[in-house]
Amino acid sequence: MKRRTLTSLTAGLSLAAGLFGTTAIAADDMRIALVVKALGIGFFEAAAEGAKEAAAELGGVEIIYTGPTDTTAEGQIEVINSLIAQGVDAIAISANDPDALVPSLKKAMSRGIAVVSWDSGVAPEGRQMHLNPSSTDLIGNTIIKLAADHMPDGGDVAILSATATATNQNAWIEAAKKALPSYPGVNLAATVYGDDLSDKSYREAQGLMTSYPDLKAIIAPTTVGILASCQAVTDAGKVGEINVTGLGLPSEMAGCVDSGATKSFAIWNPIDLGYSAVMLAHAIAKGADAAPGAEIPMGRMGSVKLDDTNSAAMSDPFTYDSSNIDQFKSIF
Amino acid sequence: MTISSRTIPDRLRSPLEQRLKSWEALLLLVAICIFAANSFASPYFLNAWNLSDATFNFTEKAMIAFAMALLIISGEIDLSVASIIALSSTAMGAAVQMGMGTPILVLIGLGVGLLCGSFNGLLVTRMGLPSIVVTIGTMSLFRGISFIVLGDQAYRGYPSDFSWFGQGYVWWVISFEFVLFMVIAAIYFVLLHKTNFGRAVYAIGNNPTGALFSGIRVQRIKFILFILTGLMSGIAAICLTARLGSTRPSIATGWELEVVTMVVLGGISILGGSGTIVGVIIAAFVMGLVTFGLGLLNVPGIVMSIVIGALLIGVIALPRLWSVWRAR
Repeated sequence: MKRRTLTSLTAGLSLAAGLFGTTAIAADDMRIALVVKALGIGFFEAAAEGAKEAAAELGGVEIIYTGPTDTTAEGQIEVINSLIAQGVDAIAISANDPDALVPSLKKAMSRGIAVVSWDSGVAPEGRQMHLNPSSTDLIGNTIIKLAADHMPDGGDVAILSATATATNQNAWIEAAKKALPSYPGVNLAATVYGDDLSDKSYREAQGLMTSYPDLKAIIAPTTVGILASCQAVTDAGKVGEINVTGLGLPSEMAGCVDSGATKSFAIWNPIDLGYSAVMLAHAIAKGADAAPGAEIPMGRMGSVKLDDTNSAAMSDPFTYDSSNIDQFKSIF
Repeated sequence: MTISSRTIPDRLRSPLEQRLKSWEALLLLVAICIFAANSFASPYFLNAWNLSDATFNFTEKAMIAFAMALLIISGEIDLSVASIIALSSTAMGAAVQMGMGTPILVLIGLGVGLLCGSFNGLLVTRMGLPSIVVTIGTMSLFRGISFIVLGDQAYRGYPSDFSWFGQGYVWWVISFEFVLFMVIAAIYFVLLHKTNFGRAVYAIGNNPTGALFSGIRVQRIKFILFILTGLMSGIAAICLTARLGSTRPSIATGWELEVVTMVVLGGISILGGSGTIVGVIIAAFVMGLVTFGLGLLNVPGIVMSIVIGALLIGVIALPRLWSVWRAR
């Protein structure tokens, strides 16, 4: 990568034809482009790590990690055009706009390039399949399980959500309630809303501790809520009594895990996501049929089954605790 | 460069010598070198379809650049062009939701561009405000309206015949946008270099007071130039919207600076009064070729901006360095 950058810099700048180094054409028999929303974002850099891991495992695959400077559809279209021109074998993209990319991705598919969207999807006509990081049911189950894992004797838990109208969170809470019967002894005492504001979430968490003195866990399926709850529990001196869990970012949650206020929390793992996207792109480029109901393998992540819109969910959200937080806190 | 070009030399250079030593000749040389460099560096560069795809990187921006060139020659500037695209595209998107057909959409796109341009023009020429201040203001204003209307939503569902403006091909690999770009280039070439209007634009840029006393209607011509820039932004909005097939308020973010870069790289003096349309045409190709060539090598966008910046400074500094070196 570095050498190519140098070569191209020379190519773009130098005015003397004698100075050019020729870029070696890769000997790999398949080139897969991992296109992200914008370069320089930790989450996507981590996904690129996963993509390289998949390439190493598959062998004979070159990963082209690319994307625009800022998160615009126009920028991604320019990137896609240059990838079509290079005749790559597959494009795995996290889209800045589900619709604007459709014409250029259609063009890519018409030239025989396999197109997979991941993380942030493209409209169905612009890709062969879409990989969601997780599904509503998997997330709902995970957040309850995270709490239940650390309360062997059962007890009261409470949910601190974002706004009462947040579509994502409401769907996850609904799914969590459905999963509740599988965890006997765990009793959902209340659901409150911190509106994804730090101070309001903090006060709601304080309120929960007052109203339910026997509370064992606060579950916050929002990155703002989980951080505020952890702060509230720490300030109330209830670390060890109340476990704060839910969905959070490793970089923000490292302190809470270190202090013990949070035993574990979850979020999708960008490394696995990049790895799976490349595995799927490779399988489809090799001729796997992407149709509703099809099952496509993705290496160490198992396999996915496509639904009616050719979408699939990768896996349970990835769990972070004291054993791996140090590795991930610098990534995202 | 600009100062020296305004002094009157003792003896005129011969037309051939003048042409060979011109800015345009230097730019053309740069363009040829970049073309050659790209052909060497990537095996995918010399392919009719790929080169056709590459033209989309600059055609829309170049359409605006021609009007911007005249504006800058006259001593003014318009930084709101990208925001005019956003507002114009938003208006077209709203019209689609009301079930309007393609002809109406085109009229709306052009109309909004025209209105925005005249708004800028009125503020500058009637109220005598500096254009850089006015258009920094309207840059936020126009895009702000788009953000208020759309928020994090998008307009989509453009009619399929509308998409031809951004995705259609006139003949083989020659896209509609490219043809439009060439036609607009020809129109602006004639307007600037072959008409009284064009002479007046140069006169205003060199000496507005002198131009006024020569009977040139300075404010009126400037007003027309702002309208033209707005209109071109409207045309670019139609092409870009048709190409994307959707409208978001972030559409064309940052294009105003790319358009100005194209104009300055084309040899238009940022102080006004000099430059040619041919220069802008070549500059458009240079920028398109550089970004596409680097894209083929998968150079990250950040590095691409650095290259464009270095190219701009390099091409502008080179003649200066040359004359300093010769004077020793």
